[in-house]
Amino acid sequence: MSRNLILGAGLSSLVVLAALISFIWTPYDHAALNIPAKLQTPNARHWFGTDHFGRDMFSMIMVGARTSIAVALLAVGIGMSLGVPLGLAAAARKGSWLDELIMRGNDLVFAFPSLVIAILITAVFGAGAVNAIIAIGIFNIPVFARITRGAALSLWEREFILAARVAGKGAARISAEHILPNVANLLIVQGTIQFSLGILAEAGLSYVGLGAQPPTPSWGRMLADAQTMVSFAPHLALIPGLAIILTVLGLNLMGDGLRDWLDPRLRVART
Amino acid sequence: MSLLQITDLSLSIHAYDILKRVSLTIDAGEIVAVTGESGSGKSMTALAVMQLLPGGARASGSIRLDGQEILTLPEAEMCALRGAAVGMVFQEPMTALNPVKTIGDQVMETILIHKAMTPIRAEERAREVLTRVGLPPDRFPLSRYPHELSGGQRQRVVIAMAIALRPKLLIADEPTTALDVTTQAQILDLLKGLVQEYGMGMLMITHDLAVVADMADHITVMRHGEVVEAAPTQRLLTGMSHPYTKMLFAASDHRVTLPAPPPPAPLLEVSEVVRDYALPRTRLFAHPGHHRAVDHVSFALNRGERLGLVGESGCGKSTLTRAILGLEPVQGGEIRLAGQPVYDGKRANPEIRRRMQVVFQDPYGSFNPRHRVDRLVTEPFHLLDAPPTGSDRSDRIAEMLTAVGLSPDDAGKYIHEFSGGQRQRIAIARALIIRPQLILFDEAVSALDVSVRAQILDLLAQLCSEYDLTYLFISHDLSVVRTITDRVLVMQSGRIVEQGETAQVFSDPAHPYTRALIAAAPRLPETGARRA
Amino acid sequence: MLRYSLKRALSLAISLAVASLVIFAVIEIAPGDPASFMLGVNAQPDTLAALRTELGLDQSKAERYVSWVTGMLRGDFGTSYTYRTPVSQMIADRLWVSLPLALYALALSTAIALPAGIYAAARRGKPGDLAVMGATQLGVAVPNFWFAMMLVLIFAINLRWFNAGGFAGWDKGLTAGLHSLTLPAIALALPQAAILARVMRSALLDILGEDFMRTARAKGLTRRQALWRHGLRNALIPVLTIIGLQFSFLLAGSIIIEQVFYLPGLGRLVFQAISARDLIVVESVVMLLVFAVIVVNFLVDLAYALVDPRLRTRT
Repeated sequence: MSRNLILGAGLSSLVVLAALISFIWTPYDHAALNIPAKLQTPNARHWFGTDHFGRDMFSMIMVGARTSIAVALLAVGIGMSLGVPLGLAAAARKGSWLDELIMRGNDLVFAFPSLVIAILITAVFGAGAVNAIIAIGIFNIPVFARITRGAALSLWEREFILAARVAGKGAARISAEHILPNVANLLIVQGTIQFSLGILAEAGLSYVGLGAQPPTPSWGRMLADAQTMVSFAPHLALIPGLAIILTVLGLNLMGDGLRDWLDPRLRVART
Repeated sequence: MSLLQITDLSLSIHAYDILKRVSLTIDAGEIVAVTGESGSGKSMTALAVMQLLPGGARASGSIRLDGQEILTLPEAEMCALRGAAVGMVFQEPMTALNPVKTIGDQVMETILIHKAMTPIRAEERAREVLTRVGLPPDRFPLSRYPHELSGGQRQRVVIAMAIALRPKLLIADEPTTALDVTTQAQILDLLKGLVQEYGMGMLMITHDLAVVADMADHITVMRHGEVVEAAPTQRLLTGMSHPYTKMLFAASDHRVTLPAPPPPAPLLEVSEVVRDYALPRTRLFAHPGHHRAVDHVSFALNRGERLGLVGESGCGKSTLTRAILGLEPVQGGEIRLAGQPVYDGKRANPEIRRRMQVVFQDPYGSFNPRHRVDRLVTEPFHLLDAPPTGSDRSDRIAEMLTAVGLSPDDAGKYIHEFSGGQRQRIAIARALIIRPQLILFDEAVSALDVSVRAQILDLLAQLCSEYDLTYLFISHDLSVVRTITDRVLVMQSGRIVEQGETAQVFSDPAHPYTRALIAAAPRLPETGARRA
Repeated sequence: MLRYSLKRALSLAISLAVASLVIFAVIEIAPGDPASFMLGVNAQPDTLAALRTELGLDQSKAERYVSWVTGMLRGDFGTSYTYRTPVSQMIADRLWVSLPLALYALALSTAIALPAGIYAAARRGKPGDLAVMGATQLGVAVPNFWFAMMLVLIFAINLRWFNAGGFAGWDKGLTAGLHSLTLPAIALALPQAAILARVMRSALLDILGEDFMRTARAKGLTRRQALWRHGLRNALIPVLTIIGLQFSFLLAGSIIIEQVFYLPGLGRLVFQAISARDLIVVESVVMLLVFAVIVVNFLVDLAYALVDPRLRTRT
């Protein structure tokens, strides 16, 4: 268990914990306006200070964590549940029209960054957190499909797969029994990475107004609100920014740590 | 003064002792072979001379090249020696060359990096040396890329790179292990010729004792990092002193006695089988071409018979194997097992498929690393209508594991807890568990050490008598096929060019290809060490 | 090489066609009746009818799609409903901000990341490598628009080296234009550079373990020579893939960053269009963005063939 894994898991759990606790308790009501107390820098009563409406930053961060985590998690869920089967199918039928179709489909979706998908969806269906989930989720599908296909392809070459075919097992069964368990580690690591990317993507979308709408708080929108005041109240931008950085950092460290832990075959570079 | 003098070389890597006081000497014009099984440290010895050891390596002792101590030489001076005074050829020709540079560039690089000649002269020398190794520039221009060459051709390029500056010492680490028999013979001849012509000394690392007996002036046998025995070739072959050496030579030429086969009754009938592969499109609108991997192959395998199938890589034997197993459809001809066709229209008939099983080559890739032995061994149960469950199942597992020389307790272990030889035993258990009528052994002993191979061959002979095995034994290794089969088929470019009783085909081959194959295979001479 | 390029070009054309279909489907079909969507519930019937004719909604979907595509090929992107100006004109002005910004950021990112990755790989495990890994670990976690705000705070507001926002305009000269784009480009480039540096490093380290590197050492090349002459070109192959992918992220990122710097690029255009429900503008901008990404990926595919000779002989 490397340092990376422990540190990363620690940071990530902290954020998840904050989000969960926010359902039962926050220091103040995150939406409560308190103009006389506005623009305070971090102090004993308001640990992260207050914003331009006097709202407690700490509470806002806690509740904002919910949005970030929920959106990123659901987006990974979409990506995995659709992308992994597609990748497995493409590898099982390598070279066939199905494989070509899935590969071309992947390339097509890759041409649409999540922002562009979000723009499309919002233009037609209106803004909201669901759009963010769908937009980021759709972009995650080819990521998982491609990585699953790549790993599965090299497994299909191995003799134990041939042995399973000789035992009469079909492609679907082999994919489920033999291929998937052996790519699971890779998927866990990638899932963690995509989770962290999802947090960043959600922040960007909320910043431009395409994500969660008021009154749902989100870190991205806190940053948008902070922009005009950054010269005289930098903590308004610093605090949400650091929240994002620490969450993403924690998840990335955890991903790296998981990768080392789950695949202990260390490559020894030959001279 | 000797060209290369290694004295008391000891090596450890990260606290593991790899070499223990190894000593050997090579004179100019002499070929010294270092041989042993995997883990003996022979490759490490070669890497130590080149100072290309992996990180964490600590060496002590002395290595003198032409009297100069090189073990303690600083890296910069070592770089000056590599490629100029000492050349090295490695095992895997397919990955030894940089795929994005031309062969001309790569050969010239050896010359230019040592600033030995002007670029124009370097190019001339590159042409000379490529011609010398059998790749004349009119057929193999310097602008060729490695992926346009075969394995044997790539190995020639590697040799050209190593000798471009006429080094005093050439080190060859298993240079022909990855090559076909006929190509191997050509490369070994090339190396012998170069040693004589250039007066080089050669350190040859190989596990193949027949090659050693053929090529070397002097043999050093290693085991677990130590030199076990060393002597001039003739003296060693006629009088081995160390028991390990005797065991090694005996195992290399291991013979087994098979029980007599029953009177012939056909079990597997292959008639006029054709298997074509579509080639990738080379032109946008032209029809993709076809490669005929199996070309009207016909033969019969009788009940209780042990049939061999020999051929070099690319001859189509793997394709034929897959077609027989029902894994790939055929475009022409028919395959029948016990009178029933293997293919029912386009799909393979499961009723027939359950009567055949296979043992593969790679003991490390044949098993899902996440499953335990009991699950691995019972995978063929999937073919049965009513697979045994509960105590029946564990009894069957126990029976099979015992039959192959393992213990029933091994059923609960993971595959990584077993050695290569033990894994092949488990593979045999897996093949045997549903009592198939026919087993196919696809290069099943090719990846094993000599001593382990001998044990597996013994196991096969034993199982033949206990279980009345019928099998098709596919291999490129003629000495193994010679002892483990009753009849043999010889395959070349998708066709069977000769078939007959094993002893007959080997002693008096009819077809020119068979003759070439047998002539090319290095033979282990009578050593007087064979077990009675 | 020609065969390969033609095959890639065909792929490009198909991707563009399918992408345009998808965009058309979402914009023109999904909202049901685009006209009433754009005008809202309280629209008058005659305004509605007029818009319908203007949008060509009396035609069938297939006809509308074809006229849209042929229009685009001619350079005609329709007329913006809110501004009543040809969309192509609006886009052209903005494109000259967004596209140079994305390319500028790509150049910066590559220029920083590749040397950093090579440096780290050459000094694997040593302090230099650890420093680069630490910096990049932090870099990938930073949201680019937040980073932009910090840069504005430090360099524009406090140090006054740059303006806090706005775009000088290309007519004031290349340097002036680039100056306005520098801070945004840096904000975009650094997080992406962090990713790219890691990819470069790991690609090189993978290559260092390959057999042909050992052959190079056996010929007498020093570690450094082997890395530069043999390792680099092979490592570029996976790196090129990432650079191609990066462009699409950078383009999207530049759209977002424009908000921090008040740049008159495609971002502001499209966000305003979304609020104004101007579907024509949205459709055109999205098509353009996707077009840019697909073309860049096509160029990357061509670059592959230049680096890897194995691709030139296969189709």
